[in-house]
Amino acid sequence: MIGSGILKGLAETARNFFGSYVSKDRLTTIQYPEERVAQIEATRDFPFLVYDGPDWHDGMRCVACQICEKECPPKCIFIEKSKDKKPDAVGKPQAYPAVFNIDISVCMSCQICVEVCPFDAIKMDVKYDLSTDDRFGGLLLDKKQLSKSNQYYNAIHPTEAAAVDAHFAEERAKAEAKAKAEAKARAAAPVTPTPILAQPVGGEAK
Amino acid sequence: MTIAFIILAVITVAGTAAAMGMRNAVHCVLALTVGFAGVAAIYLQLDAQFVGLTQIMVYVGAVAILAVFAIMMTHSPSPTKPPTYSSYWLMGSIVAAAVFAVLAWAVVSSGAHTQSLPSEPTVSVQQIGDALMHRFVLPLEIMGLLLTAALIGAVVIAMDHNEEIK
Amino acid sequence: MTLPLDQIFVLSKHWLLSFVPPIAQPLASAILSVVPVLIAFPLLFAITTLLERKGLGRIQNRYGPNRTGPWGLLQPIADGVKSLTKEDIVPLTADHAVHFLAPIFLVAAAFLGYAVLPIGRNMVISNLNAGVLYFFAVGSMVELSVFMAGWSSRSKYSLLGAMRAIAQMISYEVPLVLASVVVIMQAGSLSTVSIVEKQAGYTGIWPHWFVFTPWGIVGFALFMIAATAESNRSPFDLPEGESEIIAGYYIEYSGFKFALFFLGEYLGMFATSGMAITLFLGGWSAPFSFLTWIPSYVWFFAKLLALIFGFIWIRGTLPRLRMDQLMNLAWEFVLPTALLNMLVAGVWHFMPGGPIRWLVCIAIVAIPCTFLTRRLKRKKKFEVRTYSFAE
Ligand code: SF4
Ligand code: SF4
Repeated sequence: MIGSGILKGLAETARNFFGSYVSKDRLTTIQYPEERVAQIEATRDFPFLVYDGPDWHDGMRCVACQICEKECPPKCIFIEKSKDKKPDAVGKPQAYPAVFNIDISVCMSCQICVEVCPFDAIKMDVKYDLSTDDRFGGLLLDKKQLSKSNQYYNAIHPTEAAAVDAHFAEERAKAEAKAKAEAKARAAAPVTPTPILAQPVGGEAK
Repeated sequence: MTIAFIILAVITVAGTAAAMGMRNAVHCVLALTVGFAGVAAIYLQLDAQFVGLTQIMVYVGAVAILAVFAIMMTHSPSPTKPPTYSSYWLMGSIVAAAVFAVLAWAVVSSGAHTQSLPSEPTVSVQQIGDALMHRFVLPLEIMGLLLTAALIGAVVIAMDHNEEIK
Repeated sequence: MTLPLDQIFVLSKHWLLSFVPPIAQPLASAILSVVPVLIAFPLLFAITTLLERKGLGRIQNRYGPNRTGPWGLLQPIADGVKSLTKEDIVPLTADHAVHFLAPIFLVAAAFLGYAVLPIGRNMVISNLNAGVLYFFAVGSMVELSVFMAGWSSRSKYSLLGAMRAIAQMISYEVPLVLASVVVIMQAGSLSTVSIVEKQAGYTGIWPHWFVFTPWGIVGFALFMIAATAESNRSPFDLPEGESEIIAGYYIEYSGFKFALFFLGEYLGMFATSGMAITLFLGGWSAPFSFLTWIPSYVWFFAKLLALIFGFIWIRGTLPRLRMDQLMNLAWEFVLPTALLNMLVAGVWHFMPGGPIRWLVCIAIVAIPCTFLTRRLKRKKKFEVRTYSFAE
């Protein structure tokens, strides 16, 4: 009979209509500002800069190598390298970014900047409700707004952060051992070319 | 001549004049529609409801759409601007003057303008229906036959066209 | 019969008119009749947008709007403020005058239809001798404004949408008128008021609505199908087709003009629904003889809301038709059935009453209809698709 399919469909939608009032399980909506979906650990939204220790500027891991700036597909990172140097996460004197801006209205959350950073300095944040009424200035984050502590990183991505911390501990131990060895060598023979050679290699990695 | 008539007449004449003078063909049709609507309003003002409403239904609703479609199907996509006053304007105005003369003569000689008409002819739709079904049934049937023939012709043309495409 | 509550609007109008000097009375009377309609139906539009969003939401197991005010009741106000404050963008190459006039014409044409709708007892703006004809004449003016909108925007989507809309409206206007012809045949009048009065009696507690006759129920069904198509609603919303031509003829409109299109569309829907109520569902009369104490306008709006609910339900259920399905339905099913229905109305008129009359009338419609639907179904053969480039 013609129309039997239509009637079946109408019955189905009527069942949905009344059912949604009777059983709450039918309603799949999460009422957003009050309720939120629990995020998985690998959630990624926008990048931030990690710092170690108490001070965001002194502890900044970024050495302004500008790899992320070059790799970012929509070109939303802007970096200006500093003239002076400060010790990086491992203790080596390195340059740091004088300006580090990310325009998150352009950023597409691809995580490429994180993948290419050789210093584990940039990571993905889990904050997503960043809307603002200033669509130009409000979404252009500078390095102060981007900086978040390592504790915060540990809190949002524990597994990943633990691996990074372990890596840094190893690096620091290596650096310490090297420094000790150098100190010993310096004590044994005051004039050795190795430390002088080691320095320019690190410096050339800009 | 009441004020309402003058207003409606001005609208009608302005609409039809604009339909002749405008450059864009679609604008012409839209202006012509204003003219149609003005005529319909005059009918309604004369208490000829059936004619007035049919005028709206047929001319505003159907003929205008048909004209617009015809223009869009045949017109080049970029509206070319032909000169508004072509070399035929002399011929055209002679024909127009001739038609006007004939109509004016018919109106004047009929004597309709002198005798006073009943102020409100009460013709209901039912009376029109009666007239169509009794007195004018033969013309109505002939018209129906003609329209059916036209319809069949249109269908045949459309069908041939389809086969060509295949 | 004339209860004071039922006639409260009529009486208050007369009371207000008594303050007006006699020369200005025709004008004042017209204003007093028109203004309530101009207020009531846009208000109904606001309510309907909310109902529709809520209803569709629930049909899809969602909440629908529930943020503005308790249960989202203030959503229409928020929508109105938003559309009023939005930037009005006109395409650079658009035909500015026509682009500007189209939404105004649409809303004006949509409003004109209400002049002949009897909203309650003695509540009609103008009791025209040819009321039904007037309604359809005014309805056909909508097509022109749709064309104006589509053409003046200078956008391919607008033009496609306008072409689709006009093709659809013209195709379904024929069955719409033919479906209502049966009522005119039976009532012997084109005046909406006398059509309602013809349905006003009761047998026992049951009303004499035209929908309770074989030709009435068929006519009502056909009228509602055609009305859905006329008002471009799902499943006949090809002219808007969000997934294909984005919003059809009003894609290049924004802000308040867009809201006007929206308003015009809903007003058209209310007007055709109101006409269906007038023609088939007894207008403002009560469904049972013991319920006549409820004011007539309440019944009219109750029936209107019921039909609107039906529209929403259908919209939440059926997917959009394809263009060829749309045209096949109009010309191969709705139109022949409407013509048959006229035959049925004639038979009904001349046969003596009784169950035989019912059987004969049902047989005249039902038997050819089964063949017609079979024809429609037979076309649904699925063929293996061949692609020229994607092998
Ligand atoms: S996540 Fe992708 S788009 Fe965003 S800043 Fe990093 S590289 Fe650029
Ligand atoms: S790649 Fe890492 S270290 Fe280099 S500039 Fe970017 S964030 Fe800083």
